[in-house]
Amino acid sequence: MSDVAAPAKAGTRIVLRGRKVVGGCAEGEAIVTRDTISGWGGINERDGTVIERRHELRGQSFKDKILVFPGAKGSSGWSAYFHMARLNGASPRAMIFNKMTTKIALGAVVTHAPAMTELEQDPLQVIETGDWVKVDADNGIVEITKRAR
Amino acid sequence: MKLTDYEKEMFDGVHGRAKARAMDLLVRYGQALGAERLVETNNVAGAFNASTPSVRDLVKKGFDAVYSELNLDSAEVVEVPKMVAHTCQLITGIDNERWRVQGIPDDLAEQQKRGEEFFGSRGINMFATCTPYQVGNVPVKGEHCAWMESSAVVYCNSVLGARTNTEGKESTGAAALTGRIPYWGYHIKDNRRGTHLVEIDIDVDDIMDWGLLGYYLGEIIDDEIPVLTGRYKQPSLIKLKHFGAAAASSGGVEMYHIPDITPEARTVEEAFGGNPVRGTVRYGEKERRTAYENLNCATERNIDFVMLGCPHNSIDQVWLIASLLDGRKISTNTELWVHTPRALREVADRNGYTKMIMDAGGQVMSDTCPAISRHMPKGTKVVATDSAKQAHYLPAITGVSAWFGSVKDCVEAAVSGRWNGGL
Repeated sequence: MSDVAAPAKAGTRIVLRGRKVVGGCAEGEAIVTRDTISGWGGINERDGTVIERRHELRGQSFKDKILVFPGAKGSSGWSAYFHMARLNGASPRAMIFNKMTTKIALGAVVTHAPAMTELEQDPLQVIETGDWVKVDADNGIVEITKRAR
Repeated sequence: MKLTDYEKEMFDGVHGRAKARAMDLLVRYGQALGAERLVETNNVAGAFNASTPSVRDLVKKGFDAVYSELNLDSAEVVEVPKMVAHTCQLITGIDNERWRVQGIPDDLAEQQKRGEEFFGSRGINMFATCTPYQVGNVPVKGEHCAWMESSAVVYCNSVLGARTNTEGKESTGAAALTGRIPYWGYHIKDNRRGTHLVEIDIDVDDIMDWGLLGYYLGEIIDDEIPVLTGRYKQPSLIKLKHFGAAAASSGGVEMYHIPDITPEARTVEEAFGGNPVRGTVRYGEKERRTAYENLNCATERNIDFVMLGCPHNSIDQVWLIASLLDGRKISTNTELWVHTPRALREVADRNGYTKMIMDAGGQVMSDTCPAISRHMPKGTKVVATDSAKQAHYLPAITGVSAWFGSVKDCVEAAVSGRWNGGL
């Protein structure tokens, strides 16, 4: 992934193709982490903040953001907590992740937000927190607009 | 996804709206996974409860509405029929007899009981424990299951050789009504072979050793499949229960092999089954200390609360605690709760273990645990526990700080009110 390591200029548009997990189309500001996320015991389902000790995003909320992360870990309450986050209006607007597991698949399904995986480049290398990201899961396209840094 | 004729009928509503909504969820879930088909299951362990304040509003609409939304992801409220698969309830938030000790309001305890009446009348067995394999649900090798509870899943796959992915509240709700679950991941034999070799350079023997090993491994290898070699002693149900729970907390381990001990690997070669060894993890004194330090986030040595029994204690663990407390008294500044499945609590009562623990000032709890219920003795700031899983989750969920150590260290802390444990 060294070909994308150089910082992209503000406003640069990058288009990546990938696989639809949950259909739909949504856009928003990216929140990116290299740490896997726990559902039960990892997030506060009332406001969408990450609560795990020693987590890169501890104290930050994914509510209304495009959540970009490696995948799910921990308890089988993953889907139930993202499900409740949706019922509480605290879920992410879309999800992009790398590693498919049953936790994340079911969690994405019950979040009812567009979700994608298997992007042609590692989204953790290409997308940075604050970038504007459009997830068009129906057409398998992620569109990234780099923000000024 | 390819569906059988019967599955298509269920999907189309020929067998009622509940099964149709269940199939809708299973198909959406299967497609998300990239599964080609479903597999039959007759062993479901899930979360069939209404025990939190957040579901109060939903409960007002009735338990059909609770099941529809939370167990099927269906906004349409369907009438819930009897389950077709053997189904059990895992751990819940409220001890049905001792909710006042937990500090749970009476109306919430009442809500849970009304929920259990509903779910029970549909054939869901109220085991109310994270360890169904301790109270009669012991799947056989090769059996396709749909289980939740990460510590039970890793036990089911690794120790019993039955096949389950880590399912969730909605997929188990759908599986119980249809007898189906996506054929993906650990249901497929080829996906069950080892990926990483673990070389253990120090003696791994007691419960604490196995907990530390699991906690270290989970963080390093996430959800890959470790194959253990080296200096471990013959483990037991109790030790593997702790090992798996720890590895499934710091990481996502759902399967492991211990050659000559677990059922799918007589040898290291068989554990890998021709898979290349993708990584080697060494576990020695340094790694053990790292795990210990990562688990121990407390600095204050005065202990408010000692939590034992995560995953739920076996009867032998309850006996060990009772013997360590025999004739002694717990510090007036400290509370001790011991957690064991309801069915085993019956035995503990009968044997007098409950009395021994309560005479010392402790409590014996069932159905729940503090991480699930988010309830601890009032004012708790510092916790001691013998469970890597509880030491991992309690600080995140409730903001307390935690000490992790051996059962003996924890009991001594309860008696003195001070933490004097160590490696």
